[in-house]
Amino acid sequence: MSILVDDDTRVVVQGITGGEGKFHAEQMIEYGTNVVAGAVPGKGGQEVGGVPVYDTVDQAVEAEDADASVVFVPPAFAADAIFEGLDTDLDLVVAITEGIPTQDMAKVYKRLTEVDTRLIGPNCPGIITPGEAKLGILPGNIFESGNVGLVSRSGTLTYQVVDSLTSRGIGQTTAIGIGGDPIIGTDFIGALELFENDPDTHAVVMCGEIGGEDEEEAAEYIAQNMDTPVAGFIAGRTAPPGKRMGHAGAIVSGSGTGTAESKINALNDAGVPVGDTPEEVADSIEDLL
Amino acid sequence: MKLHEYQAKQVFAEAGIPTPGSALATSVDEVVEVAEDLGYPVAVKAQVHVGGRGKAGGIKLVEDADEAREAAESILGMDLKGYTVEKVLVEEAVDFTNELYVGVTMDRGEGKPVVMVSERGGVDIEQVAEKDPEAIVREHVDPAFGLHPYQARKAVYDAGIPQSVARDVASVVSTLYDLFEERDGSDVEINPLMVTSDDDVVAADAVMNIDEDALFRQPELAEMEEEAAEDDLEAKANEYGFDYVRLDGNTGIIGNGAGLVMTTLDLVDYYGGEPANFLDIGGGAKAERVTNALDMVFSDENVDSVVFNIFGGITRGDEVAKGINAALEQFDEIPKPVVVRLAGTNAAEGREILNDDLVTVEETLEGAVQRAVEFANEEADQ
Repeated sequence: MSILVDDDTRVVVQGITGGEGKFHAEQMIEYGTNVVAGAVPGKGGQEVGGVPVYDTVDQAVEAEDADASVVFVPPAFAADAIFEGLDTDLDLVVAITEGIPTQDMAKVYKRLTEVDTRLIGPNCPGIITPGEAKLGILPGNIFESGNVGLVSRSGTLTYQVVDSLTSRGIGQTTAIGIGGDPIIGTDFIGALELFENDPDTHAVVMCGEIGGEDEEEAAEYIAQNMDTPVAGFIAGRTAPPGKRMGHAGAIVSGSGTGTAESKINALNDAGVPVGDTPEEVADSIEDLL
Repeated sequence: MKLHEYQAKQVFAEAGIPTPGSALATSVDEVVEVAEDLGYPVAVKAQVHVGGRGKAGGIKLVEDADEAREAAESILGMDLKGYTVEKVLVEEAVDFTNELYVGVTMDRGEGKPVVMVSERGGVDIEQVAEKDPEAIVREHVDPAFGLHPYQARKAVYDAGIPQSVARDVASVVSTLYDLFEERDGSDVEINPLMVTSDDDVVAADAVMNIDEDALFRQPELAEMEEEAAEDDLEAKANEYGFDYVRLDGNTGIIGNGAGLVMTTLDLVDYYGGEPANFLDIGGGAKAERVTNALDMVFSDENVDSVVFNIFGGITRGDEVAKGINAALEQFDEIPKPVVVRLAGTNAAEGREILNDDLVTVEETLEGAVQRAVEFANEEADQ
């Protein structure tokens, strides 16, 4: 079992004719993902990696019965592409694009309250159910099918932790990168809820980082609603206030909210062990399983 | 991206927000000249990106030419919390009866902009926010509609702003929200918004921070950024297209992906070292990017060693290793010891390819960080 995506998921790639879109669509297909279409305005009728391209997402859904999309559209046009996915009534939109203006995302966030579609991202590596499907840019070869769920705000940090798990023979049900922007679709709580309801997920890794209060809210959710054990990691303990640490959302505010300390304390209070190093997170998961 | 006060005031004034008469000056003579033109009293204000300028001696009120000269001599060239003051804004002093606060920011938890108004503006607004948060009225805005005029009025009346100026303050709030929206603000703020004895309102200070991800559609503001860059290394990072933050320590850090680089910094600290910087080279590791990254880190005179931490995902470890070799071979002498840790796809092959004469290779993240910290401590002792 898994959450959100599996080998039945029918995927349309928005922006499939661009450099990134083409490369990663081919990687997704090679991994075994059921990519059924691409959508790029003005490129309808072409083919990429054996997949037909349509001018609109609506046409792609109509012709190929797609139910999820992955967005590889440059930042200036990405919010528009996400709106197109949301308004076409897909089940899931995964936005990989980094650098979407925050005010564009505020408008998307509002729309999310009006539709049933789930958004993952933006500025994220995507989602993978090992052995079945990946929607995004995650390197499939480091993942292995198993019983640990993983949710993270960061890409390469996720890979680091997954690598530690896989090398110990611990596989994953599904791994979700929720993204490093200040305003995102699915948040920690959204992902944790899905893992809690998945009988095959026996433990969850949650990798947070400085900025905002998502981790604090997630800690409260874990304490009140979860039976599945969670192990955590928080990046950015040494980050100075007022500086954006790579991710647009990774910033400790001048007034001192969003610190690693506050997040670690909140998780510890919720009974979640937080590793000092990524290896310690894998140790905790081994203990919890 | 932060605008200087004088830049923000220019933007506000163009949008119709009342600001005091002012001009920028870079020399003592210029300060006096501008002050004479404006008429005393005037305020001489350091233009650097630090908060609490007044308390740190970066703002002075002067009554005549002698005082103006004295203030200019003390402020121009002074070190204000690590920044050298090169420009001052000379501005008409406002005769005020009250100081208000108005601001717009993005409430990331709610995913919506929020407008803030307080009757208790001035230098202690942060204390007010902490001790008496009710004194700052907040009104969330639906970004699809923008700020309704009634919301601006509601915030102003709820904040207890007197009727005599309420209409003018509401108008400033509406204009400020429009600027926030049209100019892709992340924080836009007037503190204090002064009320004069004639019941006029004047923006005595101005904060305007812009969403860096939106600069592509704000060309005028992007040009102001170049004027505002203060740290040479940060300017260089902009040029190379790196996410870079300079810190105080002596262990340089290069990696790929924000979360993993932050983690590397944390581990340097955890193992008893001090991180010198955050540098994310992003996806891939072409020789040119690696060269630029090393150039950045070696340009920081505090750096005593470097840890290079790359997790190869789609980019294979052997390709990364070739990039690192090619970059290091360009140096006649490697200025400081470099520790490399490669993981992920084809990492073992990559480690084979790395040139041991140029770098120290470690297999684990923990091992690499510990080694780099050791090197940094040894170098620092010499």
